[in-house]
Amino acid sequence: MNAHATGAMPEITYNFAYLDEQTKRMIRRAILKAIAVPGYQVPFAAREMPMPYGWGTGGVQVTAAVLGPDDVLKVIDQGADDTTNAVAIRGFFEKTARVATTTSAREATVIQTRHRIPETPLTENQILVYQVPIPEPLRFLEPRETETRQLHALAEYGLMHVKLYEDIARHGHIATTYAYPVEVAGRYVMDPSPIPKFDNPKLDDCPALQLFGAGREKRIYAIPPFTRVRSLDFEDHPFRVQRFAQPCALCAATGVYLDEVILDDKGGRMFVCSDTDYCNERQEAGHRGEMAGEAGRASPSPQPSPLRGEGADGALNLSPTGKGRPEGPGEGTWGVPTTPSSAGDPGSARAAPSGMTK
Amino acid sequence: MIEQPLLIAEGLSKNYGARIGCRDVSLEVYPGEVLAVVGESGSGKSTLLGLLSTELEASAGRVSYRLRDGRLADLASLGAAEKRLLMRTDWGFVRQNPADGLRMAVSAGGNVGERLMAVGWRHYGHIRDEAIDWLGRVEIAADRVDDDPRAFSGGMRQRLQIARNLVTRPRLVFMDEPTGGLDVSVQARLLDLIRQLVAELGLAVIIVTHDLAVARLLSHRMVVMRHGRVIETGITDQVLDDPREPYTQLLVSSVLAA
Repeated sequence: MNAHATGAMPEITYNFAYLDEQTKRMIRRAILKAIAVPGYQVPFAAREMPMPYGWGTGGVQVTAAVLGPDDVLKVIDQGADDTTNAVAIRGFFEKTARVATTTSAREATVIQTRHRIPETPLTENQILVYQVPIPEPLRFLEPRETETRQLHALAEYGLMHVKLYEDIARHGHIATTYAYPVEVAGRYVMDPSPIPKFDNPKLDDCPALQLFGAGREKRIYAIPPFTRVRSLDFEDHPFRVQRFAQPCALCAATGVYLDEVILDDKGGRMFVCSDTDYCNERQEAGHRGEMAGEAGRASPSPQPSPLRGEGADGALNLSPTGKGRPEGPGEGTWGVPTTPSSAGDPGSARAAPSGMTK
Repeated sequence: MIEQPLLIAEGLSKNYGARIGCRDVSLEVYPGEVLAVVGESGSGKSTLLGLLSTELEASAGRVSYRLRDGRLADLASLGAAEKRLLMRTDWGFVRQNPADGLRMAVSAGGNVGERLMAVGWRHYGHIRDEAIDWLGRVEIAADRVDDDPRAFSGGMRQRLQIARNLVTRPRLVFMDEPTGGLDVSVQARLLDLIRQLVAELGLAVIIVTHDLAVARLLSHRMVVMRHGRVIETGITDQVLDDPREPYTQLLVSSVLAA
């Protein structure tokens, strides 16, 4: 889409937010039904979108259906506003809906997200739209769709606990760290999309409306504002979120979700806020982490070290011995914090590659 | 006090298009009783088992079951939720191929614990203890609890399947050729185990088999089927030692003496 290529050709005009009005109505009906039955996966006639499946086609359709001309849109991808997916989708709606966009979680009225919930608390005036790769939490235990529907209908969720049981049997603790199943409003068990389980408590009693769109699987589901959302667990292995041993290296924030950034091949690494907007806001307010000086950037995207592949002594050095790594293998503490899609979780039954939203 | 039947089938028929699966079968099963259904391949044994366990829908006739509260319920009248609850608590189903009855990618402990979690157990330690206890009862070592069934031999898989079914203390277990495909020594041990568990737990069992030796060893009563019909019923020893119908005589006489 070269902006300069329009010289000889008439400019393409899109209907507001790309989709035609009938399609948006259809999606809105699905959304209303999803809100009426919290956590229930409503089938909808997902359209082909001008982007590949796995890049947020479900989220984009939901956003298109709820967006109005006065809305302010924010798009985040793994917490960041400046990654390909986020930039592309933001550009898409700037072009097709001419809505205002922002990177600020406070200013936005609609936030489309992939794999994170903003650290900034959401308000009643906001809608959070999730991109969902695989909406069915029972999928990897029960491949038959007819059977999973039946299980949902009868609220037979013993199977979900079999998955958690397997985690404990294999790893000694519940090793599912993302897409952690939740029970919504005491009824339906739902996949919260691959957000880290760190974000699960934010789903509960959230003032904002939360909508989930799965384009390839053609499902929409929702959590209405102020709804009880409980993460599944065992009595003797209660649900716990990841803890990080040190604050953000750039803004010194604690109690936020951190990304591990590898700085060189000698074990150097830093832990920075996954939520770039939150991190920038704190840095502007004068908070300084221990590496803020060296990195010298507002944006947490450190340059790679010039030494790559081989160490200075010529030996291959890939040993991960960074000092910032969270310690202790205990339950709830994360051994190696990775973003949900970056490595695939060895303990999870979810097979990463084909189904992952990019 | 005369015991009342646990399960009553009346006039059960099943047609597959023009073909007959099973015609006009009536039988009763009493608590603690093992009933063998024998007959050659294609005689309608498995169809009958499917009808009794409501996996198949009958073309005619009905099946009634005495629920734990003593009420005799027509199974066709139960709702889907009630029926499934019955199947995962009060009933068991041991299949010929363990891969059909087990979750092959889930550990032995998870397989046994699944029914417990389905009925609301939410304490990992308790579930695991119960699973290990049941593995012990079916002679699987406690240190195999975290192995998945793919690492098990055929006989072990079958025993695991039995443990998985019995963990909720069902009152009625359906078995479809549980010893099929096992070699004779493994088969003998499995039969021994089933017989012991049945006696210990007072299970009612409906077992489908083409192997008259299995029927002789396990069952109290038997039903002989041919061409979808029941042709002879009676006490096992009586039927096997003094068969009345020519077909039954043929079946009994065709057993190879070891």
